Amino acid sequence: MAELSNQLMALTVLAYLAAMVCYAGEYAFGKRSHIGKAANRQLVGAGAPLEEIPEPPAKRSKGDLIGLIAVGLNILGLALHLGTTVTRGIAADRMPWGNMYEYILSTALIGSAVWVGVLIRKPAVRHLGLFASLTLVVLLGAAALVAYTPVGPLVPALESYWYVFHVSTIIISSGIFLVGVVPALTFLIKDGWDAGKRTFPFTLGRHIGDAGVLERLTFRLHAFAFPLFTFGALIAGPLWAEASWGRYWGWDPKEVWAFISWIVYAAYLHARATPSVKRTTATWIAIVGFVTMLMNLFGVNLFFEGLHSYANAG
Amino acid sequence: MTVVEDRPATAEAPRPKRPNRLWALLRNSWRQLTSMRTALVLLFLLAVAAVPGSIFPQRGVNRERVAEYFTNNPKLAPALDRFFAFDVYASPWFAAIYLLLFTSLVGCVLPRVREHARALTAVPPQAPKRMERLPHHESGIRRPEDPAAAAAEIAKTLRRNRWRTRARETPEGWTVSAEKGFLKETGNLFFHIAMLGVLIGVGFGHWYGWHANRLLVEGQDQGFCSALPQFDESVLGPRVEAGDLPVFCMRMTDFESTFQTTGQPKSFEASVDVSEEGGDYRQRRFTVNDPLRLDGATINLIGQGYAPVLRFTDRFGAQQTATVPFLPTDLMMTSEGVVQFPDVNVDPNGERDPKLQMGFEGVFLPTGGTDGSALSQFPAEDNPVLYLSAYRGDLGLDSGKPGSVYALNREKIADGDLQKISGERPYVLRPGEKWTLDDGTTLEFVGTQRFATLSIRHDPTKVSLLIGSIVGLIGLMLSLYVHRRRVWFRVLPALPADGEPAGGSVIESGGLPRTDYPGFGDEFAALTRQIQEGKR
Ligand code: HEM
Repeated sequence: MAELSNQLMALTVLAYLAAMVCYAGEYAFGKRSHIGKAANRQLVGAGAPLEEIPEPPAKRSKGDLIGLIAVGLNILGLALHLGTTVTRGIAADRMPWGNMYEYILSTALIGSAVWVGVLIRKPAVRHLGLFASLTLVVLLGAAALVAYTPVGPLVPALESYWYVFHVSTIIISSGIFLVGVVPALTFLIKDGWDAGKRTFPFTLGRHIGDAGVLERLTFRLHAFAFPLFTFGALIAGPLWAEASWGRYWGWDPKEVWAFISWIVYAAYLHARATPSVKRTTATWIAIVGFVTMLMNLFGVNLFFEGLHSYANAG
Repeated sequence: MTVVEDRPATAEAPRPKRPNRLWALLRNSWRQLTSMRTALVLLFLLAVAAVPGSIFPQRGVNRERVAEYFTNNPKLAPALDRFFAFDVYASPWFAAIYLLLFTSLVGCVLPRVREHARALTAVPPQAPKRMERLPHHESGIRRPEDPAAAAAEIAKTLRRNRWRTRARETPEGWTVSAEKGFLKETGNLFFHIAMLGVLIGVGFGHWYGWHANRLLVEGQDQGFCSALPQFDESVLGPRVEAGDLPVFCMRMTDFESTFQTTGQPKSFEASVDVSEEGGDYRQRRFTVNDPLRLDGATINLIGQGYAPVLRFTDRFGAQQTATVPFLPTDLMMTSEGVVQFPDVNVDPNGERDPKLQMGFEGVFLPTGGTDGSALSQFPAEDNPVLYLSAYRGDLGLDSGKPGSVYALNREKIADGDLQKISGERPYVLRPGEKWTLDDGTTLEFVGTQRFATLSIRHDPTKVSLLIGSIVGLIGLMLSLYVHRRRVWFRVLPALPADGEPAGGSVIESGGLPRTDYPGFGDEFAALTRQIQEGKR
């Protein structure tokens, strides 16, 4: 089963990679798809009934076709990803989040599922596919190369129901935060494009949907994940630490970085609620939050030594 | 950082009452604005200030690593220490940031509480003149009743949907104003106040709490009581005195652990006899995630190891037995330690020769390898073996200097006062085996006992902190997911139309979401439809 999981993992990365290539291909063809445009309009007038989408045009452009293939590959990748995670859990006979490799695997799975969910509900976001699949490929690639750990059971400190609450909520919220960076980055690119910037990253903005929609999507993803993260990191985590180590908070490197991420995301929500702070500034704060999450996922495990035993790489 | 310095002061300073209300409003909004920006800056500072605590070892987390850092960086470490790099979270600059942040929070929350209380009792404002300018607008809705009855009906529908509603008569007809979503601000205030409470709770917990560590070896004669000298290490909060500690005594009767084939621990369980407040000893059990909760102290199992039992028979036939914990150094529990016998080889007529004290140093392997390697192969006692070197001479224990109980006195060895009397290679002992030294004295490896490392802690505020954080979380969710919005209806008498008698009303509606709320359009449409169809 562990073997199967590893093979599925390789296939997952390949599928995401292929999806990424197709998303890039759609980009390269340059023509903004009709579906995309229509759906975009629908997004802008949020809440408009579904029937308003015009009939799909009789013949699809090449870009469109490639885009649809990309979505298909993306969904295939998600299915493989799910398979990888489930077989991993079966192989270990427990929840698949007992070490850093599994933790990243599960976090990315949540991120991918949220992304596909958004993609199905709002096809217009397909233009973010390149960024989303890139993020997934990088995360999973790093997990497989840097953090791979053979299947093993949990150390006793992890056998607690608080651990289940703690880790599952953090995995779900981190997954959403990680996806949240995609609309955040594309918003910044699109905003730059709209402001007349025509240098490299902004040129990507030509085919990206409405900046306001992206900005709102960014906010909603973050606003959804923030309380969940608060619960996981600042309530369930300390509860578990109290039962396991005797203290609810001890400034262990993992705890420090979870605290930092929490503060940065709180700052993002603040900045967004402050009228005098520009939306681009606020979005940059969300991106700083993403960097702190990455630091917690990879950096802390690799550079510092702490009590969080499942954090050890390899 | 001028914003940081001047904000809290100006916010609280009393100011002369201005007669000009517009000016006061401007001032107010300006203050609100700057305070939010200040909060942002301070939040960022706090995040940045927390970073060094994950880079440098912290005294509050791991003292040994700090000491190690000092040895490895003898120049840099003292300089860093001057900036509290090893006590980041207890440093004045970290405290300065969070105290400023919380001052700002108080300065921000108090006026908002007042304002919100006023808003909660205020009536929804009169409908705007030109409703078509509102983001959501509908006109030409008809009802059969006359305006007064229609307005009453609309108000009833709104109230049933839990809107705060106010119907007013105007010269032309009626208006109904309604507002909803006050829980957003209420939740937001609860969240911020809960955070204040949590910080205060943490402070109190620090003042009135205490913690200690104790290594406890299995056995009736190895127990301890809750007195400071019996702890290996203890830290009392500034408001705690030795006499405040709860009274309890405990001894460990059994310790069991199981391991994975990889050597990872699978389970630990300690059985202890505990006496509280001088009462009878009662048996209790606890495990890693299920601490022993006594009245006034929580005891967690944080480590384990082996304590070899060694019996020394001296030149005069006197025997002494020592049970000494050996500290594990790796996952497989290769453990290091020393056994010291300062009071052996004492002449029966009382003559003491300090040159004849005995010390042994070495490693214990719960599972020794077949290749004679000095590393344990597995953490359980499958093939226990002890590698020891013997030393004779002055152990240096009387010098008054506190020495480690886990290592021999290096100075005495260097001076030649303490001499190695065994060969190059350490002697191998298995349980039950005896080692006869050059002078005929013997050391017998009787067996091992398990030991557990305990963390003993009292946090008087932890339950309140939990309650505070849950209140805060609920407040946060309300703050993020509830939306404040207003709707208005203007009800005018319908003009007689072709073929229709006069009577009934025409209604115009408008809606204004006061926060970013994508679902408002649907809600507004549904509400308007409800009014139009006259059913709930
Ligand atoms: C201890 C640090 C603080 C944290 C972690 C924090 C956290 C938050 C969070 C997460 C929100 C988002 C809720 C939402 O968007 O509805 C929020 C909203 C808000 N915070 Fe704070 N806050 C802190 C300090 C402050 C301070 C010092 C002030 C006053 C200057 C303040 C004023 C506000 C206001 C006015 C809102 C409402 C924004 C709105 O939604 O309109 N906060 N805070």
